[in-house]
Amino acid sequence: MANLSYLKALNRAIADEMARDPAVCVLGEDVGVAVTNVTAGLLKRFGPDRVLDTPISEQAFTGFATGAALAGMRPLIEFQIPALLYLAFEQIADQAHKFSLMTGGQAKVPVTYLVPSSGSRPGWAGQHSDHPYSLFAHVGVKTVVPATPEDAYGLLVSALREDDPVVVFAPAGAVGVRADVDLAALGPIPLGLGRIHRTGTDVTVVAIGQHVHDALAVAEELAEEISVEVFDPRTLHPFDWTGLGASLDRTGRLVVIDDSNRSCGIGAEILATAAEQLRLTAPPRRVTRPDGTVLPFARALDLALQPNREQLRTAIRAAAKSTWEA
Amino acid sequence: MPDPAALYHTVRLIRRFEQRAIELVHSGEIVGGIHPYLGQEAIAAGVCAALRPQDQITSTHRGHGHVLAKGADPARTMAELAGRATGLNRGRGGSMHAADFAVGILGANAIVGAAAPIATGAAWAAARTGADRVVATFFGDGAVNQGVLLETLNLAALWRLPVLFVCENNGYATSTRTEAAVAGTIAGRATAFGIPAATVDGMDPEAVLAAATTAVAAAREGLGPSLIECVTYRFDAHHTWEHAARPRYRGEDELARGRSRDPVAIQGARVPAARREAIDAQIEQVLDDAVRFALESPHPDPAGAARYLYADGSHTRAGAL
Repeated sequence: MANLSYLKALNRAIADEMARDPAVCVLGEDVGVAVTNVTAGLLKRFGPDRVLDTPISEQAFTGFATGAALAGMRPLIEFQIPALLYLAFEQIADQAHKFSLMTGGQAKVPVTYLVPSSGSRPGWAGQHSDHPYSLFAHVGVKTVVPATPEDAYGLLVSALREDDPVVVFAPAGAVGVRADVDLAALGPIPLGLGRIHRTGTDVTVVAIGQHVHDALAVAEELAEEISVEVFDPRTLHPFDWTGLGASLDRTGRLVVIDDSNRSCGIGAEILATAAEQLRLTAPPRRVTRPDGTVLPFARALDLALQPNREQLRTAIRAAAKSTWEA
Repeated sequence: MPDPAALYHTVRLIRRFEQRAIELVHSGEIVGGIHPYLGQEAIAAGVCAALRPQDQITSTHRGHGHVLAKGADPARTMAELAGRATGLNRGRGGSMHAADFAVGILGANAIVGAAAPIATGAAWAAARTGADRVVATFFGDGAVNQGVLLETLNLAALWRLPVLFVCENNGYATSTRTEAAVAGTIAGRATAFGIPAATVDGMDPEAVLAAATTAVAAAREGLGPSLIECVTYRFDAHHTWEHAARPRYRGEDELARGRSRDPVAIQGARVPAARREAIDAQIEQVLDDAVRFALESPHPDPAGAARYLYADGSHTRAGAL
């Protein structure tokens, strides 16, 4: 067994795929010196022809990756900051994502967009702290949010092998996670398949990204009181509705913890789908950022707007006690 | 040496294709209208004549000319405009997204300037494998104020990529005059990045071909990108929407002046009359067949409306349960 960090898992996934497939290349700002550590060693190992430091031109290099993909490459772009996705949103949502359909199936655009620290980091303030995975799931771009080192490895490998664009959000709150893993057993994990981290019979908690770890901690605290099942969808689009449905068949009660703004966040979609189609014996609940959140700088203010364990505990208790009639 | 008859064939084909397409817009067979390329034919014809079959292009919302000049089948192009299952894009793209990867057309693109980085990335991918390929990206004067185009000029120059930037300066970004929108010059934007730039008569197919030939040769030799600004004039509407709405941003005098230099007439004068007439007749036959093919082709099956959304063939949930 080896003790694998989340960031090292991402690094290993890229290196393994680059070694396996000469079409995989890396583009981004400061990827040569690997300021995020995710691309450490890649320039030396694979050379400047496959690891390209770009100017600070997100629109151009994101469109560039689409063109390279149309010509047979499998680029991975690293975005150091989640908000950079807004700069390149046209190139991803309106170009890369639409080529397959608009060309009647002539084109495929295998590009992976990796954000190696998405969401809040202490002290990074308003423009570096968004966690915009719901935006991409809404558009229909394949969207992955791994919570653990082994999932980070397996989902990034799968993303790089996909023939469609995929955005991979590595939550800032999860990249410090380490796990003891058998390196030889690491392998691709299919997109669209959730993971039950803890089984339970009373309430299903759907937790995304870093909140998987919060949910596991809260489930353990509440173990004597409520049996909590922790379901990590891992991929938000496509979503593992079958897996969630099976969990709700067991529990009938649902709480979602989602680091999105409340309105139109993926948590809203999970609740809506559960209400429409899945088994719910009590009103579902969600813990999210407030509507239209801009995270403030001061730590206490920043934390005040992020979903937290106390809110999750309260929601789980409320879900466990309530019924539709109450 | 350019073949005057071949260039004439291309400009004439585009001219008549667009006129037939406009008829189909007016008759309701083409829904949503088109951005006619009338008047700008010399640019597509001249640039594509400088390219080889393995070279690639990206096009614009005003893209039919580029697509035809690069070798797309007129019948399947017309069928695409009419939204038919036999169209280049199986009816999924329409006028603004016509693509035919088999002949090197990486797609018309409906966002101004957005195709430039795509062309540049494709050029990089080809160059790094040693493929002998140049990628030409067409855009209008409106695109020279888009950040993504300027970023792309920088990247292409920095990495010395085999890209030909073709600016069609037709004097207007929709209704806004170039002088009212462009500080400095279009060629100056390229030279600022160390990219050689030429401003040429975009009404003369042979002038465009000459400039494109020089630029393509430089790209093939590994000297990096070039920009050609083709000064032209749009004879018809920005979009056929204007045929009914008639916004007034160009006076009659200006229109008459602009139309007085016609690329089809300029190139036609270089071809013996008998040869020209034979070409014209052949084009009429091709376009009669194209229109018939388009209108007799089946409409796509609505059951497959979301098909091709993902390259892996996967489907998303329906919008109603």
